[in-house]
Parts: sequence; structure tokens; C-alpha cells
Amino acid sequence: MNEVVGGKEQDLAPNAGKIVKFGTQPVLLVRITQTEWRAFSAVCTHLSCIVQYDASRKLIWCACHNGQYDLNGKVIAGPPPAPLKEYAVHLRGEDVVISRG
Amino acid sequence: MLPTQPSPRRKAITAWFQDRLAWDSVREFLAHKTVPVHSGTIWYAFGGITLFLFVIQVITGILLLVYYRPTPTEAYESVQFIMTRVAFGWLIRSIHIWSANLMILSAFVHMFSVAFLHAYRKPRELVWLSGLVLLALALGFGFSGYLLPWNTISFFATKVGTDMATFVPWIGSTAGRYLRGGDAVGGATLTRFFGFHVAVLPALTSLFLLFHLGLVQKFGISTPPWVERRSRGVGAKTPQMPFFPDFFLHELMVWYGALALLGILAALFPWELGDKADAFASAPAGIRPEWYFLAPFYTLKLIPGHVAGIEGEVVGLLGFGLLAFWWVTLPFWGARPDGTVRSKLVTGGAVAFLAYLATFSLLGYLR
Repeated sequence: MNEVVGGKEQDLAPNAGKIVKFGTQPVLLVRITQTEWRAFSAVCTHLSCIVQYDASRKLIWCACHNGQYDLNGKVIAGPPPAPLKEYAVHLRGEDVVISRG
Repeated sequence: MLPTQPSPRRKAITAWFQDRLAWDSVREFLAHKTVPVHSGTIWYAFGGITLFLFVIQVITGILLLVYYRPTPTEAYESVQFIMTRVAFGWLIRSIHIWSANLMILSAFVHMFSVAFLHAYRKPRELVWLSGLVLLALALGFGFSGYLLPWNTISFFATKVGTDMATFVPWIGSTAGRYLRGGDAVGGATLTRFFGFHVAVLPALTSLFLLFHLGLVQKFGISTPPWVERRSRGVGAKTPQMPFFPDFFLHELMVWYGALALLGILAALFPWELGDKADAFASAPAGIRPEWYFLAPFYTLKLIPGHVAGIEGEVVGLLGFGLLAFWWVTLPFWGARPDGTVRSKLVTGGAVAFLAYLATFSLLGYLR
């Protein structure tokens, strides 16, 4: 599998995120602004919990051991040893398409 | 009134069983078995409480087995059914979980009391070691049983726990795959955890329990060194209490108290089921493991991603391994070759270990 449709553009508001199934893997799709989208592997590189988008702090957060990543997937705090793997995002009409970067 | 004589028929029945069971030897054994009496005698009760709670675990576990179904599509629903449709099902499940928690607490108290009373010393090293194996098995019961309701918190706890196993040097990835039944926590993990929980762990526990109790019978109950010294000083033997019926009745009263506490907790604070596990949902805020895994959980939170070029998880696992090794080998470094104990070293070490567990568990709960 090389790409999935993560939903319709209007379904996700700016400064919000959601988990999308990419085959058997969970991917976190984040809409940063009206036009800026990002997607990362949602599996925390620490001990494999599923991360979430923290809208109030504008970062990606893992509730299990308080791992924190910025919106480039880079570790900014906590125990994760490596960044989150990034996926490419583009719009195809109204569809938000996530593909392997 | 004169005491009545047993009838000839009753005498014949008694003799029939005596010939086949030789229960005179049991009576003889019980008549001579004693328990030392001193200020710390109360701590001897915790081994018995742990055993009592284990029996409750077995009984309630068998009752839960009647309705529980170990598949990802049915596990959560079957527990929901037990809690809402089966008569007293919620209470049986609540007793099962509360007694598991109390059993592990009681086992910890028993372990630390053995350390502080120096009951691990020669010739009881194997009693200590088999007791620690039993504690590890109890934690295994806790870990495997936690996944069975297939709810969010148990799903992530299993993810973290099995992921930790993958960091064990050399065998890590095989161990992780073996525990999960694949690369990720899923249906295969649930069925094998169910197998561990209801077959493998009970079999191993029965074996080690027999060994542990057998050794306790063989060597008798340990007397703390300071009590022995005091008795020797005044040229007297340490006061003893007959095991049967005196200590046995004390123990029975303590079990009765434990049962009352268990009943109150299970009835007034029934265990919630939470949300069904979803492999595509984020770990919820405030997620934390059971209290007995809180200390390592909080320690892992504090270890950075890399320490001196080594991955944080490996450092954490190495630290836990060394700590476990140090504690397991206590009878060997805690006593001199002549059998006398290094009292200050062991007491200091046990206090430090207890302080670590208590502080980190509390911090893990609060943060």
C-alpha cells in the first residue's frame, strides 16, 4: 500500500489531528493551518503507544510516557529515542491523500 | 455428664481410614509443629494471607471462565455480559480483581517482612528464591490478566510491556514476537495471554507453591537473629506457640479480616471496564499501569531517549535487571559464610528499595 485517502478536506479543522489507518499502521494526520497538512507514523518511537495531536500546545504527544514531538516529528521532550516517520500529504480534489514520503 | 464413648461403628470407620491414610502421622506432625512467639510474630501472617487470596483468585477465576471468551471481537463484550447480565457477575469480577491486587500487596509485605526479619538466611535460601519466583508469577498473572477484558488501558499496557521485552539483549525481538504472537498486539496476543493466565501460570504457581510450602514445613518458621540472641543470653529457648490450633486459629481470624476487607472493596468499589480496545486510537491522557508496575513506569518516563549513546529503554531494562539480581541474591550477600547476617547492610538495602518503590509509585500515580 502506497497511499490512502485520509478523509475530506472539510472534515478536519485547522489546528486538529486524527488517526488514519494506513494498511495495518496508524498514521497521525495533522491540519496545522488552513493550507498546511502533515502526517506521521502514530506509533511512538519509545514503547509503541499511539500518539495524539495536542491542539493547546501545538505538538504531538504520547500519553503513555509523556513523549513530545514537534510538528516536524522531531523529539522535543520525554523518552522517545527517535523522530516520528513522516508521510507525504497532498490534496486531490476534496480528498486528503497520505502517501509514503 | 460422663464423656460418651465412640460407638463401635464409628471406631471401625476411623480405623478403616487410619489404615489407608495414616492420619495419625498428620496429627503427630501438627501436635509438634510450633511457631516462634516474639514482637514480630504478626508478620508471619502475610504468607498465609497471600495463599488465602490466591485460593480466592482460583475460585473466582474459574467462575469467570464460564462466560469469558478470549477473542478480540468477543472478549470485551463477554466481560460486559458478565458485569451486566450474569447474576452477581460484577461482584465475582470485582472480587477477582481486588483479591489480585490485595494478593500482590500481601506478597510484597511478606517479602519485605522476610527481609527485615532475616528469615532468608541459611538454610532457607531456596525458600527466599522460590518465594521470589512466586512473586514474579503473581506479577505475570497481573500482566496477562490485565489484557483479558480487551479495553483501552489494558491494550496500551500490553503494548508497552511487550515492547519492553524487545529491548532484552540478543533474545529481545524473539521474546517480543513470542509474547505478542506477531509484530503487534492483537488477537494472537489475547489468546496466548489467556493461555498463560489460565493454564501455564497456574501450573507453574502450583509447582513452586508446593516447593515453597514444603521447604517452610521442613525448616520450620524462622526466628529473627536478635530474638535467638536474646533467648541464648538468658539461657532459655525462644517461646513457641503450637501451630495447631493456636496459630492456625490466629491465621483464620486474619483471613476472616482479609475476606471482610475484600468484600467491602469489591462491593463498594466495583472495577470499571472502560472503553473497548482500539488499535487505531490514541493512548488516552492519564493512562497508567496497575500500582505494582508504577515504579518502573515512572522510572521509564524519567530516562531520556539516549544515555551515553545507549538507548534509554536498554538502560532502563539493564537497571531493572541489576536491581532484581541484587534483590534475588540477598541471602548470599546478606549473610557471612558462618551463617550470621549482615543485618545493617540488609536492613539499609531493604529500606532503600522500599523507599524507591513507594516514592516512584506515588510519583507515577500523581504525575
